[in-house]
Amino acid sequence: MEAPKFVWEGAIPLQIHLHESQVTTLPPPPPALILAPRIGYLPLLAPLIKPYFSSTLPPGVDTIWFDYNGLPLKWYIPTGVLFDLLCPEPERPWNITVHFRGYPGSVLIPCEGEDSVKWSFINSLKEAAYIMNGNCKNVMNMSQSDQLELWHSVMNGNLEAYQRVSSKLKLATVDDEYASLCLQKSQQSVIETDLPAQAKTGRVPVRLYVLSVSKDFDDLDEIPRVDSWEKISYINRPVEIRKEDKCFTLHDALKILLPELFLDESLMNVKLGGVDLEDAVRNSNEDVTSDKVVEDQGQNACKRPEACRISSSAEIKLIRIQGIEPKLEIPFSWVANNLLNPDYFLHVCVCVKVAQ
Amino acid sequence: MDVLHWDGTLSAKDFRIGAFAFAQKWESCNLAFPPWSWLPCPKHPWLAPPEEEGYLSLEKICISRPNEEEDIDQISQIDTGEEETCCSRNEDVLDDATLVQSNHHELHYCDFHIVYSSTFRVPVLYFRAYCSDGRPLPLDEIEKELPACASKELSKKWTFITQEIHN
Repeated sequence: MEAPKFVWEGAIPLQIHLHESQVTTLPPPPPALILAPRIGYLPLLAPLIKPYFSSTLPPGVDTIWFDYNGLPLKWYIPTGVLFDLLCPEPERPWNITVHFRGYPGSVLIPCEGEDSVKWSFINSLKEAAYIMNGNCKNVMNMSQSDQLELWHSVMNGNLEAYQRVSSKLKLATVDDEYASLCLQKSQQSVIETDLPAQAKTGRVPVRLYVLSVSKDFDDLDEIPRVDSWEKISYINRPVEIRKEDKCFTLHDALKILLPELFLDESLMNVKLGGVDLEDAVRNSNEDVTSDKVVEDQGQNACKRPEACRISSSAEIKLIRIQGIEPKLEIPFSWVANNLLNPDYFLHVCVCVKVAQ
Repeated sequence: MDVLHWDGTLSAKDFRIGAFAFAQKWESCNLAFPPWSWLPCPKHPWLAPPEEEGYLSLEKICISRPNEEEDIDQISQIDTGEEETCCSRNEDVLDDATLVQSNHHELHYCDFHIVYSSTFRVPVLYFRAYCSDGRPLPLDEIEKELPACASKELSKKWTFITQEIHN
């Protein structure tokens, strides 16, 4: 179980600046340097941040919120996802601004501290449970103490405690044929009878965040800063893994989530900048033949997939999950079982270049 | 549709049909209220939203203190209309409550959206209550605004309202 451990230990170094409107002392306080867990949420850092700035804050009620380059950050999105989405070229440390006043109620839904974050988490977990098990009775029937223990394990980044409680939920895991094949090879004596019967699901909870850019770029730092949440599409849709002879890959999952980007694959291929697509394309689409020519400045479509593009549409430039850029041919079941967040959702960030 | 064996879920296509039927019924039964609009879901900023994917929207509803009996009748009518065309999850069911002006003589408004949930395969009612200056209303104030009959009827099913955003 290595990958989940890496996921839980993942962190974003933050350099948190107090917004100038709230600085009442001279000289202004230095920024707070805080290591934020990827799987955590920004408002949970309040107890760590407040001590740095409490002496300079103007009097009044504190409602913490953050912005990155002027964009208020949605507090219910895990920190790691915000970073992957808004910082395609990773900025280390990540410079964000903290506010304790002037909560932007027109952009952000209200947050009343840790409790709001907890309920948002539990609600996501409930939704994930429904997707995987067909009902959310397990989450609804959790005892108060189990619920608290689970939440605290997330707050404290304690994977062991989390697994102890979450295993009681008996959430189905995604059927991972690839992994079981590997297991059979490496372990001659897999004692299957000792393992409790594990329910399997074909439905994966996914939250997809799509950043659209209008200009092409070679380097990630050329991607313009996000100044509005309108540039980001949020797609909350489960992916149903289709049991076929071939392996269901991440590429296949994206085709389901963003069908408009993968129009007719028998005629053309999707260009994915910087990703070695050749094998993925050959494996995932048997229909593509080298005889078909795409209307693409006369270039032969399938011998060089990198050169293909859908003439009037969009292309995926970047995919990030837990800060990683996985290859598209990776088995989606592995991704679903290993890169998920504590709310059992797979949060995927995608950057799409659109032709204007 | 075989009602006896129906598991209570809807396909996206059936949601659209039901939504239109509901909107039509609403218009014929609720002359005091503006009609629901069907808005396409803008999936991506660069793409024209597909006609099939959309949601029902009813926004900026503000009811100045009216005749209470009148409202109660309208609410029960809405219930029957809804049952025939939609099936909502119990946890998030919120009656199309009529908002009554608060004691502070400050006008409160509410936006309603009926959105299809691909997770639960049912329609979900989202609502957002706010003051005339756009400030969101806290949950306890929203609960106070509900007419007494609605609160009583729904007190069992209504264990909590979930705070969430939709696509």
